[in-house]
Amino acid sequence: EALVLNDPDFQHEDLNFLSRSQRYEQAIRKSSLMVMKLREYGIADPEEIYWFKSFVHRGRPEPLDLHLGMFLPTLLTQATPEQQDRFFMPAWNLEIIGTYAQTEMGHGTHLRGLETTATYDPATQEFILNSPTVTSIKWWPGGLGKTSNHAIVLAQLYTQGQCKGLHAFIVPIRQLGTHEPLPGITVGDIGPKFGYDEMDNGYLKMDNFRIPRENMLMKHAQVEPDGTYVKPLSDKLTYGTMVFIRSLIVGDSARSLSRACTIAIRYSAVRHQSELKPGEPEPQILDYQTQQYKLFPLLATAYAFHFVGAYIKDTYHRISGDINEGDLSELPELHALTAGLKAFTSWTANAGIEECRMACGGHGYSRCSGIPDIYVTFTPSCTYEGENTVMMLQTARFLVKSYTQVSSGQRVTGMVSYLNDLSRQRIQPQHVASRTATVRITDPVSLVDAYKARAARLVEAAAKNLQAELNHRKSKEDAWNRTSVDLVRASEAHCHYVVVKLFTAKLSEIGNAAVRAVLTDLCLLYALYGISKNTGDFLQAGILTDAQITQVTQCVKELLAIIRPNAVALVDSFDFHDVHLGSVLGRYDGNVYENMFEWAKKSPLNKTQVKELY
Amino acid sequence: GINPDLASERQTASFSVEKLTALLDGGAERTRIRRAVAEAIERDPVFSRENQYFQSQNERYEAAVRKAVHLQKKMHEMGWTQDGPEFKYIYRALSGDVAFLLHNVFVRSISVLGSDKQIAKWIPLATKYRLIGSYAQTELGHGTYLQGLETTAVFDINTQEFILNTPKISAMKWWPGDMGRSATHTVVFAQLYVLGKCYGVHPFIVQIRSLQDHSLCPGITAGDIGPKMNFEHTDNGYLMLQNVRVPRENMLNKFCEVQPDGTYVRQGSQKINYFTMTTVRISLIEDEVLIALLKACTIAIRYSVVRRQSKLKPGEEEAKILDYQTQQEKLLPQLATGYAFHFINSYLQGLLERGYTEIKRKNFDTLPELHAFSSGFKALVTQYSTSAVEICLRACGGHGYSLLSGLPSLYTRILASCIYEGENTILFLQTARFLIKCFMAASAGQPVPPSVTYLAALTPGKCPAKNKLDFLSPDTYTAAYQHAAARLVSSTAAKLQDLIQSGVKRHDAWNQCTVQLAQAAKAHCHYLTVKNFVETVEKLETQAGIQKIMKHLCDLFALHGIFSNTGIFLHDGYISGAQMDMVTASYLDLLAVIRKDAVPLVDAFDFTDKSLNSALGSYDGQVYQRLYEWAQKSPTNTQMSPAYERYLKPLLHNKLSKL
Repeated sequence: EALVLNDPDFQHEDLNFLSRSQRYEQAIRKSSLMVMKLREYGIADPEEIYWFKSFVHRGRPEPLDLHLGMFLPTLLTQATPEQQDRFFMPAWNLEIIGTYAQTEMGHGTHLRGLETTATYDPATQEFILNSPTVTSIKWWPGGLGKTSNHAIVLAQLYTQGQCKGLHAFIVPIRQLGTHEPLPGITVGDIGPKFGYDEMDNGYLKMDNFRIPRENMLMKHAQVEPDGTYVKPLSDKLTYGTMVFIRSLIVGDSARSLSRACTIAIRYSAVRHQSELKPGEPEPQILDYQTQQYKLFPLLATAYAFHFVGAYIKDTYHRISGDINEGDLSELPELHALTAGLKAFTSWTANAGIEECRMACGGHGYSRCSGIPDIYVTFTPSCTYEGENTVMMLQTARFLVKSYTQVSSGQRVTGMVSYLNDLSRQRIQPQHVASRTATVRITDPVSLVDAYKARAARLVEAAAKNLQAELNHRKSKEDAWNRTSVDLVRASEAHCHYVVVKLFTAKLSEIGNAAVRAVLTDLCLLYALYGISKNTGDFLQAGILTDAQITQVTQCVKELLAIIRPNAVALVDSFDFHDVHLGSVLGRYDGNVYENMFEWAKKSPLNKTQVKELY
Repeated sequence: GINPDLASERQTASFSVEKLTALLDGGAERTRIRRAVAEAIERDPVFSRENQYFQSQNERYEAAVRKAVHLQKKMHEMGWTQDGPEFKYIYRALSGDVAFLLHNVFVRSISVLGSDKQIAKWIPLATKYRLIGSYAQTELGHGTYLQGLETTAVFDINTQEFILNTPKISAMKWWPGDMGRSATHTVVFAQLYVLGKCYGVHPFIVQIRSLQDHSLCPGITAGDIGPKMNFEHTDNGYLMLQNVRVPRENMLNKFCEVQPDGTYVRQGSQKINYFTMTTVRISLIEDEVLIALLKACTIAIRYSVVRRQSKLKPGEEEAKILDYQTQQEKLLPQLATGYAFHFINSYLQGLLERGYTEIKRKNFDTLPELHAFSSGFKALVTQYSTSAVEICLRACGGHGYSLLSGLPSLYTRILASCIYEGENTILFLQTARFLIKCFMAASAGQPVPPSVTYLAALTPGKCPAKNKLDFLSPDTYTAAYQHAAARLVSSTAAKLQDLIQSGVKRHDAWNQCTVQLAQAAKAHCHYLTVKNFVETVEKLETQAGIQKIMKHLCDLFALHGIFSNTGIFLHDGYISGAQMDMVTASYLDLLAVIRKDAVPLVDAFDFTDKSLNSALGSYDGQVYQRLYEWAQKSPTNTQMSPAYERYLKPLLHNKLSKL
């Protein structure tokens, strides 16, 4: 981090004052420099590259993201050795800059619906690529608009008159040397967006564009010179990449929310308003219960997601070994779990960032607060890498499957093992009632059980509703659709349980007593706040009584007061450098107002005093 | 032509769209006027918003000023006046994208706070645009809490002037619109000091820029506060005052005056000030919030019948995303909320008119209730609408994220409304203060306004519903809302009492209950919104199927509120667990019913394509074609970028060291 921060080459004007084109140019400049410096310092470890990159771009997207994050890895996993020779090293040396063109204008998360075609012509041994409709134009890929000269294009493969489904092709799109689009290629930038100003998200239209047969990525599936199609072995392998990328999003949820919390909590300690006690000076707004109630649960959430992110990453690394040895048994659950957690954490963080901004009042709305930028950069993660609702339904599919297994007498393992208890409860009808008394609301472990009971109930309810719809002789798909709101709720409850469980489990691993104490308070706050926001679920299932719910509310308020003295220290622990935070309100030194004035004076509208308009 | 996916939606409408539009406008004649205004404005190229998404902050500001100046000409040409029936539709037709809005606040504050003499001097200058006004209240360090303002105005008895100062950086005026570049004058709120004594915050007219060459006046530092999430067209500004002198006559003195010898005189009632605030809060609901919400619903719902994804049934073509229950559950409650808020807005307008009549008769009795209403509803409507627009944005997936969808700018604009004219949490607490007061009075048998008599009538009853159809009865759900609101108010009042009786100081007790107080105020406003929707539907004529569909929307709005806040209703067992499952079932059934009329229901809002300014939401549904065409107009495609020659080429050719 210091390496980057102290390097004058990486300094530049405040991005808030730059136009989109200027931000793109700055990003490209920094990316080019970054590549040079990575070589200079000899940094090659992917994890180190990731950190270096995130410091250079201060956590922002950049035009080479897709080259580094998708183009190169896809070559590694899907290209034959011969293809790697042809493409990988030039790409590594940045003679080729690539992107990954999957999404089309009319088609997103549902991949099978993509319309781009690649038709094999055995006469010339070429694939002919086409964008047959407006909806089939590739739309959104990062780095496609201006930067890349190659793209990995996903298209429906046609050979010998038959459609063989989606496959990946390496397509040159710009002339090396002049960077002009090749004949048959129409490429450009998709225009202004909410955020991602520095990224040239692009469109790509292909008209009878021919590429050699050897440009299809053929490590798994192949088309032979005569057009014969050879099927791939297993499709589960692609799960691995998806799990990895989703684990990054969970980590990103934690980080983005932590940044917003840092800004909002520091500012709330600097801002004074109104009076709490007649005659006394205006208090820090962080002393108001309503302000604490807005921010501290989010702080607790940021910590919770941090631990969840770490857990998924560890789990992924642990079972990657198994995957390489061909043991895929744990993959389906991990895949289902990460889909839901990706959605759960990104939804929560998305809303949380907005809460933080709102808690900063009017100044939060100024770009100098930095929160608008965090928000617009983060919010697309609710959509990309799998739209969140679709993700929740994938998790639900796994939950219902597990429930069905339990109902038919099998036992399930892993995070869903609580479903095993459901069958036992049916034998003992008193169980629900007796559990009520046993929830101890100041004990995290007991709260994990409460969340477990809630998840079990909602999964069971969704599964039963699904069955009831099926009994109405509806088609399977109809029944699923008519139950999907219930199913999403069940997934949310499951994910919520997992987060509480992982946070609680983390506590016992903390050696330092003071740190453990404060994190225990945060963990309790996270769990109790979650209950207070979803009291209906806990009441309806008979997990908690009215009186206990009142105690939960009371306990949340007491925790707010307990956490208050440590609030600033807890955000300082995230250790964001001012430059990385990019916020005048969230400065470490708290000199907010002087610096807002300095910042405003640099605004483009102040470059001249008397306007020519006048 | 019309996209067939959208055309088919319109063929099955269960009601007359045109009649519903007339209902929303308050009569067919008003619809006609609104359309005439929109047409006149949209036909004029000066008012075009075509390239808005590609413009810089400077360009947006210039366009807004150009429009404001041109509007004066246009109004004259069309014969529109400030008091005419057309006036209220101009802002809608311009989509609020125009400068000098604070000029109007400047004018209004002088009309309300100024003496007849001051009005006679300043108002003609302002209405002829001989000067451009602004309104400088908020400071860098101080917002909603006015007493905390730090700007000072010290009376100098020798020169008969006030000396205005910004004593420290946090006292700098910050945020006022039109002040960064445009305004020549502003109303400054400052702490008044006379002969060493502080008399609190008062308004002063201060000239900040020369009327000859627009340069800053001596002692004035002013400028633009820099980029924001939206409002790029407005030059929100800062203002620092150093020994700026204004004549004694520049203090707005209808209610308070400093006489030549320094005597401070207070006259008349200041309560009317509250009335101004109330008016502003209610008017912003219609102008800024409701329109944005209805536009977002229009865009998201039209797009959701054009966008197809995955298959619902094997072998069929990909389904419209609005056919997915989860998509319906995102969007249709927002649509119902749009209608609910439209009707509550009409109700508030009526209340305001009646209140104003009373005030003109010097009867201020209705003010506390009116003030509590305007605070609570401003908070409820802005908060729910903001979250609704964000839901619409995210429901459009990736394309919603493009500025060309129109949704990001609707969102970033509406969310400012949660903060300006009173931060929402503080406003809910103001309403709560009124509710607690009324609850105490009612419990003691004293008379209270009719809207809150229910608070004292809380009985421990149970919801009588036996099956899911019972929850489609307005009586059933209105009673549930009433019960929940009354319970939350009374239990919070009891908690407050307990704390005070146990020796906690009053203000500490209040702070310890604020989370619940805000919740109680929200529940009260939510209840009144449901109740008003029910009463509105009852009064509708049954013709043309309008009442029927409005009843469905009313049911959906009410049940969505219960479904999203189950705990409040389950808490004391008013609704049982089994009944809650019936609520959910009824609620989900309604989605499928309203789905059929979703497009006609947004068509009825009658937004022109130009006013939506959205590649996704146009009437003809040619989404993809338009998105492609608009993207090609982006400067990133029409202008050469130096990035390739300067950075990419050396990168690609491995000559990085030369950078």
